Amino acid sequence: MSRRVRVNPITCEAHGMCAELLPERITLDEWGYPIVDGAPLTGSQVDHAVRAARACPTFALLVNNERD
Amino acid sequence: MAISQPTITLDPPVTAPQDTPTLPRLLAGIRPDGGPLTLREHLALHGPLPRVRPGGRRRGREQAGAFVEELELSGLVGRGGAAFPAATKMRAVAAARGRAIVVANGTEGEPASLKDRTLLQTLPQLIIDGGVIAAEAVGADQLIIAVCESSQECVDAVAAAIEERGEDAQHSPKVQLARIPAHYSAGQETALVNFLSGGPSLPTFTPPRVYEQGIGKRPTLVNNVETLAHIALISRHGARWFRQLGTPSQPGSTLVTLSGAVAHPGVYEIETGASLTSLIEAGGGPTARMRGALLGGYGGSWVAGEYLRGIALSNEHLAPHGASLGAGVVHLLSEEACPVAETARVARWMHGQSARQCGPCIHGLEALAETLEQIAAGGAPAKAGQRISRLASLTARRGACGHPDGTVRMILSGVEAFDTEFADHARHGHCEQCSRTPELPLPDRPLTMPAPRGKGARR
Repeated sequence: MSRRVRVNPITCEAHGMCAELLPERITLDEWGYPIVDGAPLTGSQVDHAVRAARACPTFALLVNNERD
Repeated sequence: MAISQPTITLDPPVTAPQDTPTLPRLLAGIRPDGGPLTLREHLALHGPLPRVRPGGRRRGREQAGAFVEELELSGLVGRGGAAFPAATKMRAVAAARGRAIVVANGTEGEPASLKDRTLLQTLPQLIIDGGVIAAEAVGADQLIIAVCESSQECVDAVAAAIEERGEDAQHSPKVQLARIPAHYSAGQETALVNFLSGGPSLPTFTPPRVYEQGIGKRPTLVNNVETLAHIALISRHGARWFRQLGTPSQPGSTLVTLSGAVAHPGVYEIETGASLTSLIEAGGGPTARMRGALLGGYGGSWVAGEYLRGIALSNEHLAPHGASLGAGVVHLLSEEACPVAETARVARWMHGQSARQCGPCIHGLEALAETLEQIAAGGAPAKAGQRISRLASLTARRGACGHPDGTVRMILSGVEAFDTEFADHARHGHCEQCSRTPELPLPDRPLTMPAPRGKGARR
């Protein structure tokens, strides 16, 4: 099952933790909000993504399953 | 005619073009004074409403399923802007767990659109008919007619129509009126459902989709009021009749709001795929040379004047021009208007209508509006065009709803359609036309601040 990262833009407050913890997939725009590459995560990236999601102060980073 | 004033005096809607014998459909029998048809007049005109879910559990379900199949054959797509297949949406709601609710979306936040108001004000029974059919088709026990609170005529017409209908023993859903705050995104599906669930009138993050978990977590079918009016007629006349007009991928007739440089602005019913030229003729002809047209709405697309002659009004014909029918807005911008100033003003207005929940929408639209204003005034930094492209890609598809996407589409299409004018402004600043009164209406609609979250609010 392929998993992807997604951001809830309503709850995101541009803390930027995700870009620190998952730079392979997330960069920040000029206002500090994450620009997310939503392609399927590779096996080793899944762990990093889950860690980044847990570290988000507003729980705005989501690691989704395929159907979401 | 005044467009999008809080209270609207409607010119009697005219139907176009007259050479098609089967038009008008929706606007048939409309009163010249713009008042609502009574229930008796409505029934005399269209005949009784068929039942799509008769008594008996199994038979009811089978019949309802048969109606959704008929609707699928009709090829009806939503008239609120997204042109989503009506039958597909119904199936999703019917298949979701729990008792469904149907919402007739008549909020019409588009400043240049009047078609939903026109329907609510003149043909409320037709909308209720469609809502009742939709409710039976998905097994809903409740139908909510959502109307913009700024339009007292619509509120009154719908309230009176519900009252007049009384208890309908044949058709079961309970019909209610809901007044919705007046701002651009109030009718966005999740914002509407959020408000009707007791929350603020603001979009929410998806999933959950409203067809699975909408009002009070119940599966919710949200249909534009014009879509429901078509459903009312399809339930009486069938799919084959519906497809006698229109294009194969967008069958039927459709309502458009024609405004700008035309003799008789107003709401027209056209065959989908009709030429823009025929619509303008039906509207009494142009009153000025045209610099371009804004199609769809404020989240739609500008098309340059040179292409207007060849345009047909259906999504497949408009796609090569980067445009779509959207909510049926056709605004003809005259040669006397400045397209740079108009684009910048609409962009600023759309920035002001952002729900201000998502960072990229708040900051991106602000930066885009500012850059456009700088270009209009001739004070843009070098490479402002590149700045617009970059901001556009940073803003689109990064919000919870489509507000930033539509605004970006409108801005980019304006920059492309009026590239000469934009280049002139960047070099020389304001033109003679810049200071004229704006042609596109910019209603004063402050966003109502989020209410305290009620029970059941979604976020």
